[in-house]
Formats: sequence, C-alpha cells, structure tokens
Amino acid sequence: MRTGLVPAALGLLFLGGCGNLSDEPPLDSASPPAYDDSFIESSIGDASYLNPVLSSDSASGSVNGAVFNGLVKYDENIHITGDLAERWEVSQGGRVITFHLRKGVLWHDGAPFTAEDVLYTYERLKDPDVKTPHSSNFDKVLKVEAPDAWTVKVTYSEPYVPALESWGMGIVPKHVFGGAKGKDFNEHPANKSPVGTGPYRFKEWKVDEKIVLEANPDCFEGRPHIKRYIFRVIPDNSVEFLELRNKSIDTMLLTPDQYRAYGEFFEGYKRYRLPRGAYTYFAFNLGRPLFRGRNVRLALAHAVNKAELVDAVVMGLGRSASGPFLPLSWAYDPSVKDFEYDPALAVKLLAQEGWKDSDGDGILDKDGKPFAFTVVTNQGNKMRSLSAEIIQQQLKKIGVRMDIRVIEWSAFIKNFVDKKNFDALILGWTISPDPDQYSIWHSSQKKEGQYNFVGYGNPEVDRILEDGRREFDPQKRKRLYQKMHRIVHDDLPYIFLYYPDYLPVVHRRVEGIQMAPLSTFGFGWNFDKWFVREKNVRYPVRTAQ
Amino acid sequence: MINYLARRLLMMIPLLIGITLMTFFIMQLAPGKPTDLVTDLNPKMSSEARDRLVKLYDLDKPWHVRYAKWVKRVARLDFGESFRDGRPVMKKIAERLPATLLLNILSLILIFTAALSIGIYSAVHKDSLFDKISTFFVYVGFSVPTFWVALLLMIGLGLKLGLLPISGLRSIHYGDLSAWGKVWDMARHLVLPVLVTGLTGLAALARYSRSAMLEVIRQDYVRTARAKGLSERDVILKHAFRNALIPIVTLLGLMLPELIGGSFIFETIFAYPGMGRLGYDAIMARDYPVLMGIGTIVALLTLLGNLLADVLYAFADPRIRYQ
Repeated sequence: MRTGLVPAALGLLFLGGCGNLSDEPPLDSASPPAYDDSFIESSIGDASYLNPVLSSDSASGSVNGAVFNGLVKYDENIHITGDLAERWEVSQGGRVITFHLRKGVLWHDGAPFTAEDVLYTYERLKDPDVKTPHSSNFDKVLKVEAPDAWTVKVTYSEPYVPALESWGMGIVPKHVFGGAKGKDFNEHPANKSPVGTGPYRFKEWKVDEKIVLEANPDCFEGRPHIKRYIFRVIPDNSVEFLELRNKSIDTMLLTPDQYRAYGEFFEGYKRYRLPRGAYTYFAFNLGRPLFRGRNVRLALAHAVNKAELVDAVVMGLGRSASGPFLPLSWAYDPSVKDFEYDPALAVKLLAQEGWKDSDGDGILDKDGKPFAFTVVTNQGNKMRSLSAEIIQQQLKKIGVRMDIRVIEWSAFIKNFVDKKNFDALILGWTISPDPDQYSIWHSSQKKEGQYNFVGYGNPEVDRILEDGRREFDPQKRKRLYQKMHRIVHDDLPYIFLYYPDYLPVVHRRVEGIQMAPLSTFGFGWNFDKWFVREKNVRYPVRTAQ
Repeated sequence: MINYLARRLLMMIPLLIGITLMTFFIMQLAPGKPTDLVTDLNPKMSSEARDRLVKLYDLDKPWHVRYAKWVKRVARLDFGESFRDGRPVMKKIAERLPATLLLNILSLILIFTAALSIGIYSAVHKDSLFDKISTFFVYVGFSVPTFWVALLLMIGLGLKLGLLPISGLRSIHYGDLSAWGKVWDMARHLVLPVLVTGLTGLAALARYSRSAMLEVIRQDYVRTARAKGLSERDVILKHAFRNALIPIVTLLGLMLPELIGGSFIFETIFAYPGMGRLGYDAIMARDYPVLMGIGTIVALLTLLGNLLADVLYAFADPRIRYQ
C-alpha cells in the first residue's frame, strides 16, 4: 500500500521517454491445451518447512497445498468434499468419523498410500516433541484406528463438527520418514524435499530464491496441464509489481492501489476480485466503564461511516461488515441490517446517557470528564492506521475525542491485547471457512492471552457456540450461526468495519481458472486444472525423456 | 610484532564473550518470543499447544541458563538450529554467504577503484570543472535515498529499456543455460545491485580520499619531491598517494564486517538471497540461534577488521611500530 505508490509515480516519469515493450503476439484460442509451460508465482517470504504438520506460514502453505493432500478439502462452494478419503460416515451421535480412503493412490516415490500414513501423521500431531502448531485441532480426539489399510476410524471424546475440517491437514508419508519421532521428525531432510501425493512433485529449492515443483503425471485427480510451478521469492511488494509489469511473473496479489493503477499495467493479465476470508474491526474493551453501556457503543456505531472507510482505505475494493461471519459463508445472515450512518442520532443517544458539551470546547463531557479514549493498533498495517485516522475524524464530528497509538506488533499483543490494557483497538481476524468461533466469542475465553480480549459474554451466544460444535445437520447449524451473527451484531462488542477483497492477477495465457471465494485455503484451488494452449506456451519445458 | 599480534588475539576472547553475553541479554529485552509468529491471534491454537511450543524451544528457562547452554554448544562450534525451519544455523549462513561476498567484493572493488581515482584526480585538480562536477555528484550520491535510486534504475533500465533484469540473482531458467550463459546471466543480474550498493560507499570514500590527498599535497616532502625534479606522476602516486592512504586503510578495516553482514535494504529490494535478509528475517521472527550465529560472526570479524587495520597501518606508515 505504502510503497506501491512510489513505482506508480516513477512510472509516469518514464512514460514519455521510451516505448513500451508489449509487442506480444495475440493469444491463440484454437490449439489444444498443452502439457507444458511454467507458471511463476511470487511470494513475499521464503517457505520454512515443506511439511504440513510443521509449517504455518503462507509461503510454505502454498507449496504444501500443491504437494500434499488431506483426507478432505473444500470445494468451490465452501463445502467439505473428499480428497484422499473417498467418503466418510459420522456415527455414534457424532463421536466417531470413519474415513474410507481412496485406493490406488501413490506417493511421489511410487509407494502406495495407506491408512498407516494417516495414523503416522496423527501420531506426529500428538507427539509432544514435534514442533507442530496444529495440535489443538486434534485435542478432542480419543483415538485413531486403522481397521484395514483403507479405513481410518477416529473417535472423539464428544461430538465435534469442526473436526471434519481439521482432516484437511496434509498427510505425510510414514515410509519416507522411516517412522521418525520427535526431534528426528522436526529435523528430517524430507522437510526440505517433500514427498506427497498431490498434483505437483517437489523438484528444487534454492533458499530465498525459488522453489520449483513439477507436474505429477500419476496424480489420482488426473495429470495437471502446467508442467512446472515456480515460486519466486520477491520480498518487496513494489519490486514484485515491477516484475509483474515486466511480465516476468505470472501472478501476484495486488494491493488496492495497485489494482486501481493504470489499465496498461495489466496488459496481458487478468485481474480478479474476490471476497477474502478476513475482516477488520474496531473492538471495545467492555471492561471499561466508558463502554459498558450499549447505548454509548451504539452511538459510536452510528457515528462511524463505513462507506467512507471502504472508499478511502481499500479504495472501494471491499464491503462494509455487519457481523462476525463473511457474506460468502452460509453462516452469514444477509437480513441483518447494519447501523446506518447517522451522526445526529449518535449525538442524541449520547445526550440520553448524559454526555453533553457543557463547557463548549467541542468535546462532550459528563460529570466534568470529557468523552475521550485511546484506540491502539499495530505498526506495519497501513490500512488499520488509516482506518483509525478516519474514524478519529468521524468521531470528532459528534464531539468524541479519540487518540491513536500505533505500537510494534509484539509489544502490542503482549502489553496491550493480552493484558486487556486498552480502551479500544483496531485489528483484523482471518477466519477459516468453518464458522466455529468459540475461541473468539465464548465467555470462557477471557483469560490473559485468550482471544475474547474484549470481555464479551452472552449466555445465548455461549449456547449457540456449544451447540454449533455438536450439530451435524447443516440446516440446523446454519440457523444457529445466522442467529449468532445477528446477536453479536446487536450486542456491539465490536464495530465490524469492513471485509477487504482479495485481489489476485493472473497472466492471460492461462485458462480454466476458477477462483474459489475464500482465499484462506488457496486461490489456486483448481490449479491442477489450469492450462495454457499449445500455441500460447511461454516457457516450454525441455524434458530429457 | 608477533608478540603484539598474539596479545591482541588473546584479548579478543573476553571481548567476544562480553559481546555475545550482551547480545543474548539485549535480545531477551525485546518483547515477544520466537513462537509468537505462529501462536499470536491464531484462534485455532489453544494455550496448551502454545505452552508446548514454548517448552520445546526451551523458552521456559531463564535466559542465563539458555546462554550457558548456548556457550557450551558454541565451544564445539555448533550454533544450533534455526527456530524458523529447524535447519543448522551454520548451514543457513553458509548458503547465503557466497552471494553476499560476491556482491560486496564486487562493489568494494568498484568503490575503491572509482573513489580513489575520483578523489585523487579532484584533489590534484582542485577547483577544476571536473572537481566541481564530481563534488556535486558525490553529494547527490550521498544524499539521495538509495532504495529510490534502485527503483528508478529498475524502472528505467529494466522495465522500460529491457536491458537488465529487475531483481534476483539468476533467471528462472538458469538451470537450462550453458556454462557461459550462466556467467552472463549472473553478471547481468549483478549490474544493478553492485552499482546501487556501491553508490553510498563510493560517494563517501571519494570525499574522504580527496581531502586526505589535499592534506598530503600541501606537505613539505611533496614539495621536496617536486624540487628533486621527479615527474608529477611519481610525486603524486609514489610520494603523496601512499601517505594519503593511511586514513583510508582504517576505513578498509571497518568495512570487513560489512562485507559479510550484507544489507537488508538492498537485498530486499533486489530479491537478492544474502545475509542481510537472513539477519532481518531472524530479527523479525525472534529466531535467537540464527541471530546469535550472525552476531558472533560479525563481532569476530569486526575485531579482526580492527586488528587488520592496525597491522596495515604499520605497513603504510613506517612511523608506527607495535611492541
């Protein structure tokens, strides 16, 4: 956002002088799809572990997503469907899930995939000496058994619906790790040259430069068309954009101002705009006397003009938010009407609470104290600090003074969020497709370091969160969470600000692209079906076969 | 001299211990832990799982216990494994060191050849047009933000003219090239980074050598040399230049740690796989073992660089003798 403007402005300087180099031949639309070409994606950071059990960063996640498979995955409609598991049954009131594995799936080294691998992956997730950040997802598992080579039976201590989603975790090969445990698993060489079951095989990793994957012709989902998948590490966003304009990368994620840049920058590319699995919010510390009364929070909600925020902060590439679920999720209740922007109403509400500008200094006061508070947010997120500045102006109009403090991330979390040492804060949540948000909204999650740091508690929401974890009927579950969306909206622990859009751009020669609406599980979810026509191939791969 | 060297080398041991102790301690003062990147605001992570990670990284122990453990391992030349990806610190450094050395040695050569020539020429021809123009450009080179120059050059030479690649050290299809093709490919990728990294150093050193030279040229022995009837070339290069070198030698000694430290800004902007980025990423991720590894090596090199500068003094200046 910040640095993106610089090259755009500099580009203008050079526009007059030299001709543009875009003398590309027009794209052919008749030749058959090729089993060739390289696709170059750029990433801000290098990967850490090419092992889904150990990694949690997004760079590793993209590579692991192409190399490994889970038992289940999300389809384009955000419904769970089979991946390595062909089908599954839920029994004993939701306490047992039995997965029937796909037969004939081979690891990249030719060994067959069996239930043993699933058991091994699960054991590593529970292994106390394995440095995995994913173990919490499996806390409720009592045991995992393999009655035969193609069946996995998971028993839970209580019915737990989000469990199914957690089996999207990539399965790692037992034979490659030689059954390694603990420290040996953490430091195994296979974490740097992974063997998976997915559409792409690992080929090469040049540290801090690139990771190269090659199509797996024996993939159980069919042979992918694009022969090579290359991740280039370009740590600076504005340089990344220059490389895109130079047509030396095929895809990147755009910032809103890049998306809105001159059309000729995107000659040869196609821009996409999708909702993102995230939202930005303004949270009240409900423990502070100032914000204890709902009317005060309601007044502030009416004083914040979300449309202006969306226009200014994400340049219109997003939409205003009404509650904890995303518009694309089935848990979202579209009938919830958001608080409209009405500063007059806000002033009236505050007056009812006794807030009046009695000393004429432009700031409301009550019992001699001015209506003033501080909002904190983290450094390094331009959109959040910009939101804070705009809200500051909007609140000033109704006579509320809001100061802003921007704090370095670690200090922000440790000294402010965890300790509940704030009046209000601006932050964002990235949320997974399953609507279980127990850790954010349940009243039992208020301890230091937990995520209900605003101190929200509503017995009805508690009940919904508990029932939502037990209710396997999709229709009933939908009704539960939609109800929660409305209650949380009305209770106003947060002012839900906006849902930013996800803005990928892809080279035009690539066809067959279907973008999935929730980015958190990979915009290239059908990447193995993408193709380039023979005459449009840009980087033919020389094969020594 | 040997006596002196031995004494200086011995002195380094307590110094190094002091430096690493301070580094280790200061590192702990920064808020946050290496596990934060994974665990902070991750609604899918329970506090038990967080505690488990903290324990696995030994972070539940007090810092002096961890420092003692660290020293024990380093005594066996084992700097431990990175918290971020579990790989040996030494290996991670060894992977990036060649690229950083290549870039910095090339830019040092550029700096020294260009800066000394510019400096001497403008000192000898003081107040000439060349002197004024070079002084102007040297000041410009010194004052403009280099990342901005880098972006301008990328847009001009890379994007608009298509003469040079924009970033990276190698092309994507480097592996398919012939041996000469590889050399050519890397050379093309190195032009911009070497030029831009050299810029600030060049400006500073040109100014420095100009004033050192001006100082020397006014000395009596230079007049004597001229009076002896030596050619102007001999006077400048043999008599004046050698003496002007003395302060510059100090600079060279100070540049040694820079040689391997790498520069985060340049490496980031040119997507260059070097030490600067390794260090910066380690700081951001609170990757203590990598930080300590780099810190120790840079500290050692700084000490060696100082020693080297002192020794070089003795060679450049016959008046200096060490006992």
